[in-house]
Amino acid sequence: MLLDLPFVAVGLIAVIGLGAMIAKKNLIKVILGLGLLEGAVNLFLVAVGYRQDGIAPIFTNAPEGVMVMPTVQALTLTAIVIGVATLALLLTMAMAIHRHYKTLNVERIVKLKG
Amino acid sequence: MKKIVRTAARLLYPFAFIYGAYIVLHGHLTPGGGFQGGAVIATGFALMLAAHGPGELSGIFKRAALNICEVAGLLIFVLAGFGGLTHGRAFLFNWLANAGGLFGHSVAHGPNPGDLNTGGLVPLLNIAVGLEVLGALSLIIYYMMTFANHIEEGGPDDAA
Amino acid sequence: MRALISLAIFLLMAGSFLHVALSDELSFGNPSRTEMDDYFIANGQRQTGANNIVAAVLFDYRGIDTLGEASVLFVAVLGVGLVIRRAMAPGSEGDGERGESP
Repeated sequence: MLLDLPFVAVGLIAVIGLGAMIAKKNLIKVILGLGLLEGAVNLFLVAVGYRQDGIAPIFTNAPEGVMVMPTVQALTLTAIVIGVATLALLLTMAMAIHRHYKTLNVERIVKLKG
Repeated sequence: MKKIVRTAARLLYPFAFIYGAYIVLHGHLTPGGGFQGGAVIATGFALMLAAHGPGELSGIFKRAALNICEVAGLLIFVLAGFGGLTHGRAFLFNWLANAGGLFGHSVAHGPNPGDLNTGGLVPLLNIAVGLEVLGALSLIIYYMMTFANHIEEGGPDDAA
Repeated sequence: MRALISLAIFLLMAGSFLHVALSDELSFGNPSRTEMDDYFIANGQRQTGANNIVAAVLFDYRGIDTLGEASVLFVAVLGVGLVIRRAMAPGSEGDGERGESP
């Protein structure tokens, strides 16, 4: 079990992010929990594609050895950029909510009328 | 103090641009590519924005120039994809690889020192995505700084 | 009561995350299905001409995913601009007492 330390770390970071999203009352802390969850998923994607004693899948002046899997690294690049886009939009909406309601407590932003 | 920060930023941003352009252009030979290089160039923009503030920039740092950059990136991507359709194959087919023209040299299997003239459609799409990512990230920073300054000054209807 | 339900759901999801990590299904260093990646590593350099196999996969073999990602980034910047323009319009500053209808 000690050899699968990356997968245990992925599980721990995901659980911490999920707990932050459920239990915290400040809107910024909820958004930070979402960022932690996305980081855990990206780490999991990169850790799945590793081969024992592997080198990077690049042929320019490549040393000897087997190459790790390149497809999951492409998926992770896409996921990181989409995570940046999502967090930018969420934080902008949090700024607008704070300007309108003068508070960031999620238990007091429930007065939707009209 | 403001004078020192502004002079230092004006001296340092070309190095960030050159480093980011190197990462974008050599994306098919070394680790990197469009997204990573575009993010590095956006940190050069962020340096100038943090030193001067969003209302006082001109030249290549204006909002209209960043808008044109971002839109041009996405348009070049789509138009380069249509080139595959005119050659009778699928959308985004690599119609420049092993063809002898621009970016057209062939590469044998195995380690080699790396030739910049290879790759086909991959360096072209790297440049397009690099333009789009630098425009998009710089515009996000620009908009959020404008909004933060607007909140700090109280807005135009503070007396309401 | 609501706290108890949310705690139960959290324990369920945390258990499913940690179960995959601590069981023996995944082994670090030995991926299980590698046929597609072996094909990419063996033929990517000859077919696309790029030395960087990750860039070849991102822009040649899976180019449409990259087009989708570029458009997601574009739409996110569009959304940020629209929200800020609406929030900076005069008359939109609230007092925090009750909700305002748009």
